[in-house]
Amino acid sequence: MADLSIEFAGIKAPNPFWLASAPPTDKAYNVVRAYQAGWGGVVWKTLGEDPAAVNVSSRYSAHYGVNREVMGINNIELITDRSLEINLREITQVKKDWPDRALIVSLMVPCTEESWKAILPLVEATGADGIELNFGCPHGMPERGMGAAVGQVPEYVEQVTRWCKTYCSLPVIVKLTPNITDIRQSARAAHRGGADAVSLINTINSITSVDLERMVALPIVGDMSTHGGYCGSAVKPIALNMVAEIARDPATHGLPISGIGGIGSWRDAAEFIALGCGAVQVCTAAMLHGFRIVDEMKDGLSRWMDSQGYRSLQDFSGRAVSHTTDWKYLDINYQVIAKIDQQACIGCGRCHIACEDTSHQAIANLKQADGSHRYEVIDADCVGCNLCQITCPVQDCIEMVPQDTGKPFLDWQHDPRNPYREAS
Amino acid sequence: MIDALNHLPRPNADNATLAEHFSDLAPALNARQAAVEASRCLYCYDAPCVNACPSDIDIPSFIRNIHQENVQGAAEKILSANILGGSCARVCPTEILCQQACVRNHHQECAPVLIGLLQRYALDHAEFTAHPFQRAASSGKRVAVVGAGPAGLSCAHRLAWHGHDVVVFEARPKAGGLNEYGIAKYKVVDDFAQREVDFVLQIGGIEIRHGQVLGENLSLAELQHQFDAVFLGLGLNAVRQLGLTDESAPGMLAATDYIRELRQAEDLTRLPLADRCIVLGAGNTAIDMAVQMARLGARDVNLVYRRGVEDMGATEHEQHIAKENQVRLLTWAQPEQVLLDDQGRVRGMRFARTRMLDGRLHTTGETFELAADAIFKAIGQAFDEHALSDSSAQTLARDGERIRVDEQMRTSLPGVYAGGDCTHLGQDLTVQAVQHGKLAAEAIHAQLMLNVEAA
Repeated sequence: MADLSIEFAGIKAPNPFWLASAPPTDKAYNVVRAYQAGWGGVVWKTLGEDPAAVNVSSRYSAHYGVNREVMGINNIELITDRSLEINLREITQVKKDWPDRALIVSLMVPCTEESWKAILPLVEATGADGIELNFGCPHGMPERGMGAAVGQVPEYVEQVTRWCKTYCSLPVIVKLTPNITDIRQSARAAHRGGADAVSLINTINSITSVDLERMVALPIVGDMSTHGGYCGSAVKPIALNMVAEIARDPATHGLPISGIGGIGSWRDAAEFIALGCGAVQVCTAAMLHGFRIVDEMKDGLSRWMDSQGYRSLQDFSGRAVSHTTDWKYLDINYQVIAKIDQQACIGCGRCHIACEDTSHQAIANLKQADGSHRYEVIDADCVGCNLCQITCPVQDCIEMVPQDTGKPFLDWQHDPRNPYREAS
Repeated sequence: MIDALNHLPRPNADNATLAEHFSDLAPALNARQAAVEASRCLYCYDAPCVNACPSDIDIPSFIRNIHQENVQGAAEKILSANILGGSCARVCPTEILCQQACVRNHHQECAPVLIGLLQRYALDHAEFTAHPFQRAASSGKRVAVVGAGPAGLSCAHRLAWHGHDVVVFEARPKAGGLNEYGIAKYKVVDDFAQREVDFVLQIGGIEIRHGQVLGENLSLAELQHQFDAVFLGLGLNAVRQLGLTDESAPGMLAATDYIRELRQAEDLTRLPLADRCIVLGAGNTAIDMAVQMARLGARDVNLVYRRGVEDMGATEHEQHIAKENQVRLLTWAQPEQVLLDDQGRVRGMRFARTRMLDGRLHTTGETFELAADAIFKAIGQAFDEHALSDSSAQTLARDGERIRVDEQMRTSLPGVYAGGDCTHLGQDLTVQAVQHGKLAAEAIHAQLMLNVEAA
């Protein structure tokens, strides 16, 4: 079986599956249960200065798919609402009892040197393996000059990271907020400050839904609501892109990345690792199904690695990065055409109406003598957009087949149709 | 009353127990089940299920409405195509109509969407404070509809919607036709049929006159004279005969007569019970009869058919219901003689075994006897010739015994339309009759308006 163990930014763990800083890692009871279930590491829910934060009720709301499956969760919970002293005591004990598992402590204190200087030695004394700087929490704390308020200003990110590296010998992971325009600016700032790694993404500012009877967004507190932070499988595409942006940015080349955002299966994890992550963090999937999900994630990942001949995560980490580029470098002459497997086609007509109404009118609806329909691609009109394949309910029924155009590689930079092309 | 069976005992069970046996065979979906089932619909374009529905209900659209928690919209969508959508949701053989056409039957998929149950869900849960369809301004035209069954009610409703006044002439004390009198009790339970009739009539402009029998106290010639158009939704009211001696002996009965009695019975314990019985036939009525007798407590129910299982009119789903109720199915046997006891009552039947030879049914010469306290004939309904006995009605063109109509449901007599089982078009199904009534109403409306413009 493949070896799932990792050493991430100097932190060792038996597997790359860590629980993200969130309600599941709020106290010793949960963390011990997570370790018992087999999680490779835990990022303890964010500590702050006393007095501890106070939370409201209710706190979560969800965005649902067609069959009430949860696509994403939105939360308005703050950092830990327990005292610093209790948390530090529990962290010390848990690390002592579980020496082989990674234990990272998430931190958020005011953006002053004194505040960081005060808390860092206390954390280091617990025996924890590293710290994660919470610059991403999008609610509650920004109003106090913490969390996203810091994460959105690259200069602050750099400064706080540097304080942490100055007053603490532990590896420093900087957790990035996605509520910015260009994630690379934050990553570069962390890198400049001396960060050992970045983790991303934190939650995305969100409102999931509105109660149309009471005319108030969810979750409801009294008769009011506020925006929260969005997570879960719906944010995965956004997270993957931000991870890839950092991974292929020359300015942050080689900076370890802990991937976060909608990871719920071994395949999700493998995708983050392929785009450059050295470890992953999970929260929403565990909140929906419990800690036991790590079992299938570990089993699936190692079996898939075996099938690919990968002995360790390093063998494929970042392998998809070099295949990610800017649009202008794509091959203009590459051409795929949809092909419908008539044996597998169930005749629902969704590909036809999607193409007919909203794309290129390239799927013919041929009525058969028996009243059924046959759908055929009109090759000459197909631009290879993938929409038919996306809307088809049958997996592998529509294949996008690469065509031999006989034309050489040509990108837009050099395409004669581009009035701003580079001289060749 | 069922005089022919009066000598038989009554069921042992009490009324509450029996009523339980005749509750919904296919329980309704709850909200959660409806949501899950609705989410399975692929919202096909040019959907095969719609093409398979005789009444043209926009199935993907109403299911999408259910899924978007717009039950009211779903119900209105169904009713706009089929005003008797509630009873069709219960009695339609969906396994040979919409659900058979569902793309999720494909081998790549698992099972069809339960369209019938979703339709029922929408109609059971919609709440109409007022009738959903508003009548057009009065046209001043009057139309006679003969028969308050599915065809007649559908026709009357659509005509009223278009602003015409309708008088429905019905022979029986209640409207609804087979929904009221002819469907297995466990398919359309309690007073649903009457509630549906009340709903149809809510639109206004429809008067139902009961005790009106064409060929007795009513003639087509008079109706043509008194009304601007006439629609005949007569159904098939005669029972086919076996052509055997002793066919009217005590213990012999048409299945439809028994089912009618059962559906109207307030107290099921007063119905005659044939502990050992034979049902002759192979259609859905035969199954309805056999299963209902089994559910009343009969221990030995035999359904006998002169051909093979593959020739049966009853769908596989119906045959399955029969088997689940311990009904024994005997094929390749043809009634030969009614066997009587010394008091002249049915004690059994002798059958001749049959087989196919050169494409024709032959008896093999072998016979056998089955003991029975009663024999129910469910070998099909026939046209009641008596209804078309007046001078005008006699001139109607026919296809075999049924009334000939074109695709607009026009008969050979100008201004006279017909639909439902009394015509030859399509299958003998409730949903087909509803569609006939609707199409006839549209044709009548177009004709009447044409006359207005021309005048």
